[in-house]
Amino acid sequence: MSSPSSTRAASPPRPVPAGTPRGSASGRPRRTGRRTALTASAFLAPFAVLFLTMMVAPICYAIYQSFFTVRRAGLFGGAQSTEFAGLSNYAAAFGDHDFTASIVRVVLLGCVQVPVMLGLALLLALLLDSRSARLRKTYRLTFFLPYALPGAIAALMWSFLLAKDLSPFTGPLSHLGIDVDFLSPSWVPFSIGNMITWGWTGYNMLIIYSALQTIPAEVSEAAALDGCTGWRLAWAVKIPLVRPALVLTTIFSIIGTAQLYTEPAVLVSARIPGIDPKFSPIMNATLGMDVGGQNLAAAQSVVLALITLVLSFGFLKYNQRKGAMA
Amino acid sequence: MSVISADRPTRPARRGTDIASKVVVNGMLGLMALYTLIPLWWLFVSATKGSGYLYTGTPLWFSHFDLVTNIEDVFSFEGGIFSTWLANSALYSFVGATVGTLLSAMAGYALSKFSFRGRESVFNVVLASVLIPAPMFALPLFLLMAKLDITNSYWSVLLPSCVSPFGVYLCRIFAAASVPDELLEAARLDGAGEQRTFFRIALPLMSPALVTVFLFQFVGIWNNYLLPSLMLNTPSLQPVTVGLVQWRAQFASGVPPLLPITGAFLSLIPLLVAFISLQRYWRKGLTAGAVK
Repeated sequence: MSSPSSTRAASPPRPVPAGTPRGSASGRPRRTGRRTALTASAFLAPFAVLFLTMMVAPICYAIYQSFFTVRRAGLFGGAQSTEFAGLSNYAAAFGDHDFTASIVRVVLLGCVQVPVMLGLALLLALLLDSRSARLRKTYRLTFFLPYALPGAIAALMWSFLLAKDLSPFTGPLSHLGIDVDFLSPSWVPFSIGNMITWGWTGYNMLIIYSALQTIPAEVSEAAALDGCTGWRLAWAVKIPLVRPALVLTTIFSIIGTAQLYTEPAVLVSARIPGIDPKFSPIMNATLGMDVGGQNLAAAQSVVLALITLVLSFGFLKYNQRKGAMA
Repeated sequence: MSVISADRPTRPARRGTDIASKVVVNGMLGLMALYTLIPLWWLFVSATKGSGYLYTGTPLWFSHFDLVTNIEDVFSFEGGIFSTWLANSALYSFVGATVGTLLSAMAGYALSKFSFRGRESVFNVVLASVLIPAPMFALPLFLLMAKLDITNSYWSVLLPSCVSPFGVYLCRIFAAASVPDELLEAARLDGAGEQRTFFRIALPLMSPALVTVFLFQFVGIWNNYLLPSLMLNTPSLQPVTVGLVQWRAQFASGVPPLLPITGAFLSLIPLLVAFISLQRYWRKGLTAGAVK
């Protein structure tokens, strides 16, 4: 029963161009086209219906809403009319200092946090892959553990762990002469970066580690015979070979950073004074909805989705081109 | 290591570097393990502390062990709402993951085993939606559901949880790898209908892999915070993540800090058990994801 899946697990992860996922091996047409299409769509339909109503329709609705505005005749309870507003909601979104500031903040946070996290994940994966490592399974399990925990619960835990009067870290640090309040405005971005790093390093490590394990032993042995060992082996042989995994983890991390919400939102609701209630773009948009500015919120979420898509697709394309030239 | 690359290094030198690299490698791994585990250890230790002893004594060691009282407090506070939150989380995750896995299996099977026009386009749309993360859909979804007036209901969280484009992606790979065309052919020749072929032949063959899809979907829903916190106002509908954050929020207005701490600790236990007992499926899902 488990044999099909184990053959799957054994096959090496290879980079497949996004547009042409093959492997279905069903090249030859075995039934008449129309009947096949009919059967296939019957199997696809339940997913398709939910996909269209729960993902596509909301996006379309948000895009639609972002081009309209609600005018009220009176101050309260007057007649409402919906008018086409062109790009004015988008202009308002970009004119909103809080919103643009939150984008800049999150981009900066990502520029620091993502390289740190992925560097750490790569380092750990290489360490685990090296011959000197002991207790591999235990370490792998330990590092991956935070991924299984809800981000909100982890953030809640850290909100206590970093609080000045509770933290097990501030005490020892102040003995060393370092007095920090991790939840003060200047430290909050780092504290949030730490929460994400804590939660996701192991996940990324596991992806990179799996890729490392698919490198044939002969490759490493040949390099070792040429006198290439230790860090040089890692740098010159292993890292280039796991590039697809690094690209994948980078894209996931970019997406993750763009959707930053849980960690700062938990800190805000924990009434930590050091954090801006409009820390991240999603927080901006959700706050806007409460006030009734649904059209602006819609424009903001469209902007956000576009930025994420451009960044992650852009990174993918950039790497594909670089890979093709190399 | 040595300048003369062709020669094998002499034994003693080799052993020396071996020990050094062992110390460095395992030392760094150990440090990272501490970084990972200390917060969880703190959570466990704090959950056992007698009320009033959270702020005194060593933060990372026990004082006035009172775990049972704390657990009783958590389950009795606000009329036992904590058990409702746990049950809600279980409901959303279990139903969402079950339905989501079945729908993904059907869709993945269709995309893998039938060739029809537009198949690649359908697949590309699904794949593209993986690149936009679920939270990005949460806001537009809320706007739409608010318009239709179906927020603050079980459905507003359940229905979106049943959709898993990533599951479809994985299922397509799994179906291609584990369901031989010949077997389907044989089943059809024997007169089995399409439905029967899928449920009796394809689904059992895919089932080891489907555990992975189920697991990822389950944890994804259990861990979700944005969607339920947007959709649900009524505490009795909320999952445990949203509920506990609210307790943390009411810290200033009289909810004892031990309540969210012990609650957080308790809510992690089922996940930890599932995580450790099912860990091989995690790896399978991750390596399959890395094919992309």
